[in-house]
Amino acid sequence: MTATVQTPTGAAQTMVLNMGPQHPSTHGVLRVVLELDGETVVHARPEIGYLHTGIEKSCEAKTYSQAITLTDRLDYLAPLSNNLCYCLAVEKLLGLEVPKRAQYIRVLLTELTRIGSHLVWLGTHAIDLGAMSVFLYCFREREEILKILEMVSGQRMMTSYFRIGGLALEPPPGWLEAIESFVKMFPSRIQEYEDLLTRNRIWLARTQGVGVLSAEDAIAWGVSGPSLRGSGVAYDVRKFFPYSSYDEFEFDVPTRTEGDCYARYLCRVAELRESLKIIRQAMPKIPREGPIRSEAPGIVPPEREKMKTEMEALIYHFKIFTEGFSPPPGEVYQTIESPRGELGFFVASDGSPKPWRVKVRAPSFVNLQALPKLVEGRLIADVVACIGTTDIVLGETDR
Amino acid sequence: MEIQDPEHIPVVRKLREWDPQAIAEAQLFRGELTLVLPREDLRRAGEFVRSDPELQFTFLSDVTGMDRFPVEPRFEINYHLLSMSRRERLRLKVRVFGSDPVVESVTSVWPTANWHEREVFDLFGVRFEGHPDLRRILMPEDWEGHPLRKDYSVEGYR
Repeated sequence: MTATVQTPTGAAQTMVLNMGPQHPSTHGVLRVVLELDGETVVHARPEIGYLHTGIEKSCEAKTYSQAITLTDRLDYLAPLSNNLCYCLAVEKLLGLEVPKRAQYIRVLLTELTRIGSHLVWLGTHAIDLGAMSVFLYCFREREEILKILEMVSGQRMMTSYFRIGGLALEPPPGWLEAIESFVKMFPSRIQEYEDLLTRNRIWLARTQGVGVLSAEDAIAWGVSGPSLRGSGVAYDVRKFFPYSSYDEFEFDVPTRTEGDCYARYLCRVAELRESLKIIRQAMPKIPREGPIRSEAPGIVPPEREKMKTEMEALIYHFKIFTEGFSPPPGEVYQTIESPRGELGFFVASDGSPKPWRVKVRAPSFVNLQALPKLVEGRLIADVVACIGTTDIVLGETDR
Repeated sequence: MEIQDPEHIPVVRKLREWDPQAIAEAQLFRGELTLVLPREDLRRAGEFVRSDPELQFTFLSDVTGMDRFPVEPRFEINYHLLSMSRRERLRLKVRVFGSDPVVESVTSVWPTANWHEREVFDLFGVRFEGHPDLRRILMPEDWEGHPLRKDYSVEGYR
């Protein structure tokens, strides 16, 4: 690996430094092999697979409903995003329509998840670059979001709250009040983070001009999400291919042109405000009453009361929970805008109750491939900034 | 979902004009267009749909492998493309036999295909000719076997 070259600093050869897979700043089990000339990175090679648990293979051994619980574990900072994309894919395969009430609730909770995910990104990115207080402030707000998710789904993180056809459970009384108080409290907190970072000399020095990615490179390397929008390309799946009634909500897609870490920071902070906008619109939109799941005998289980009194409902319940339901043979590719970029689920059915193939197009996997482009020619310290700005989650990178 | 004859969709028309043999099959399911291409035509057709100013499929979203064992041709590789300017998606599909699982790499067309093709190689054993760095990506480098094949047990081996 060490080449005998005349490097710019006059050294006879480069040095190979291993970063990870155990490292506080790689945000998970990521290994980056750095070839250095002094402090300058000549070549960077990310190595992944340390968190590979065979989720896609496991999906083939489970029914369509059972696989939902596996999807939580992909992008574990935004579990509801994974749930949503998978459920939308299977609903598309089935040709199933989800009731509006469930769609609006899905939008609200998915945007709340986006905020929660961006808070982790901001906190960890800031602490990597030395701003330690920001980490605790972000997690203080995230705690409120996790409390809301626990109230609604019973789980702080691995929610599995969305099901094929809608939601798993009726949201409990008081949930909208909890979200209301979060929405009232949060804008001043975003301002707090901005006061600490946006015009901070150290932050600017560590992020401006660092990790520049051109729009052309971003598209060629399949980069999506805030990393793509920070480079000037205003692509957001919610606007281009609206799903789950997102076209009924008004929100902007923050875009910058500089393509550096600072631009991506500004994009994501602006997205926090946009998500709040969507949540504020969703709250009055959600009908107080109505179905939370499609009416689809044989696919969506009947209500428990009906199951206990009607023979047909009992038989449907039994078939669904022992055998599962069988979509028609065919394949679909469903994408959503996850906090990290374009998340895609390719689901292929062979007409049996278990999926033949589930492929997860993980934005972190694709965005990470562009890391060498951000980092080569820069210093080791910039590698930390660039990994943070890419906002990767190893769960979805490795699956 | 409007039922539309695939032949009227611009990308199908343009590809047939460019090379009548390029498309073996055109399928429309749940509003998604899939074009099955002969293996030899993949890279050229990919280059065409990327660079043609009326198509502009510049974004390769995903490359997915699938094992249809015991049906032959066994391996199916799907390329999910996106044209941002025209807000259109497209799936190109190539099928290869288990006895000859080789496809031309499209890294020269879409650089992002690099890791995707490595993953298909790692998990299915399909080789990509012309790939600059074809080696395993998720499994350890000394692993034997290709885990996502249907004749590979879900419990795995030690």
